[in-house]
Amino acid sequence: MAPIAPRSGDAVFANVERVNAELFTLTYGAIVRQLLTDLEEVEEVNKQLDQMGYNIGIRLIDEFLAKSNVSRCVDFKETAEVIAKVGFKMFLGVSASVTNWDADGTCCSLILEDNPLVDFVELPDTCQGLYYCNVLSGVIRGALEMVSMKTEVTWVRDMLRGDDAYELKVKLLKQVPEEYPYKDDE
Amino acid sequence: MQFFGGSDISPSPPVTTGSGDNGHMMYIFNRNGVCLLYREWNRPLKTLDAQQDHKLMFGLLFSLKSFTAKMDPTSVEKGNLGLPQLPGQGCSFHSFRTNTYKLSFMESPSGIKIILVTSPKTGDLRESLKYIYNLYVEYVVKNPLYTPGTPIR
Repeated sequence: MAPIAPRSGDAVFANVERVNAELFTLTYGAIVRQLLTDLEEVEEVNKQLDQMGYNIGIRLIDEFLAKSNVSRCVDFKETAEVIAKVGFKMFLGVSASVTNWDADGTCCSLILEDNPLVDFVELPDTCQGLYYCNVLSGVIRGALEMVSMKTEVTWVRDMLRGDDAYELKVKLLKQVPEEYPYKDDE
Repeated sequence: MQFFGGSDISPSPPVTTGSGDNGHMMYIFNRNGVCLLYREWNRPLKTLDAQQDHKLMFGLLFSLKSFTAKMDPTSVEKGNLGLPQLPGQGCSFHSFRTNTYKLSFMESPSGIKIILVTSPKTGDLRESLKYIYNLYVEYVVKNPLYTPGTPIR
């Protein structure tokens, strides 16, 4: 049996059941709004969004793997490409580009030209410190952690703050080798 | 434009060779060696208690995997036997067969291991394992009441 070729993000995106984009955008907006009311501090909201993203990410990875037929990536470069081209396409319907590699290939930027989360959004003056899409960085961090890569994901550019694109910096901290989980004396 | 959600599980499970009623056991493990699910259909002989049995099975797979990677004639770079492997390194096996049973194995990059023990006459079960993985995603991972890393109830 020949190995099944990985499916493109478009193919998966076309096949899954989807919700209306505006409903999705507005629901996300409502969540952020509610968090701002509940937590009051913008910093706390950033943290909470990141945590929510992380919890989504650790589950999302299995769906991603099951549907995309992607097998193991050889290196972090390939991983970043797969996230940008397949991952984003599959779950958000947009694709990102990967640039700004550092010399040892452990740090890169994902650039989103189009971001469905932010339609209809303007940041008021009181929330200037808010990373509105912080949930995305959490998702990537959580998903990569499940495939044994500890990463750090931060926002570099944000259109809501007046930049010209959305840029996420993904830094690979370390790869965790798979170890035998039981102790000998158990 | 629309987004998100939903399923595209293939409408019916893949057709397997051989007549039905030849399954013995199924295991699902996660990366940490927790047995998420164990089912048995036909297992007349039991010598160990459940926990030991799960541990033994996980250990078998773990060791066998590092042996297969060590024996791989195509890759140049390999560590010592038993050395922890980084994800993306090494190869793995799909199944092995003894004169009394066949064990089919699938591991996802996220560390979910699905094991089917069937009669030795069974054909290729990789499609079935994939189908089970899809079911796991649809009904376990997407269940908001399920806490990741705990046995499936």
